[in-house]
Amino acid sequence: MTVEIHEHPFDPWQTLSAYRSKNLVAGKSGASAVFVGTMRDFNEGDEVQAMVLEHYPGMTEQQLKDMRAQAISRHDLEDALVVHRVGVVHPGEDIVLVAAFSAHRKAALDACREMMEILKSTAPFWKKETLAQSERWVERNTPG
Amino acid sequence: MTINVRFFASLRERIGHATMIVEADGITTARDVWKAVSGESPDEEMLVAINKEYAGLDRAVSDGDEVAFFPPVTGG
Repeated sequence: MTVEIHEHPFDPWQTLSAYRSKNLVAGKSGASAVFVGTMRDFNEGDEVQAMVLEHYPGMTEQQLKDMRAQAISRHDLEDALVVHRVGVVHPGEDIVLVAAFSAHRKAALDACREMMEILKSTAPFWKKETLAQSERWVERNTPG
Repeated sequence: MTINVRFFASLRERIGHATMIVEADGITTARDVWKAVSGESPDEEMLVAINKEYAGLDRAVSDGDEVAFFPPVTGG
């Protein structure tokens, strides 16, 4: 599985380490670029206690698989990994892991950034925040 | 014409349903489906997917299609 949706907390560093050991051929990738997104306890000036990450099962996986395949092709990557949380998430828990593996650093760094931006603008996930007295939907992502 | 309609996030709460089945004649596009389920004009920012792929509101729909409506995405 190179695109994973997790309903429970995951450790991106363990996931990354296990993925590299299992899937990457030693000596092929000279560069690994990694992005990990983590839930904050503040947003738009308010304290956020938790949030629910909703998604569109089936469409989410397909969007992420297409995104990964296109990144591998466009940047000539050795491999790429995309992991995203859904369900109830608390501050400090990791939400997303995107990793790109390539022979040289430029392709890995460019592909990692590009996949994150595509994920943020097209993958069908939605966040609903729990504040002290209320709940609210996040209406749009902040520019990168 | 039978269309399986899905709503997500704030749109699901506004419509009051996660899914609906629309059975009606005279529906040819996703825009027609939205009018049938909501009675409203579509928001400018609303996104549409037909059979789990992004589509424009004026894309044609076919019998048995799954048409989803949702607000801008906020993952990552």
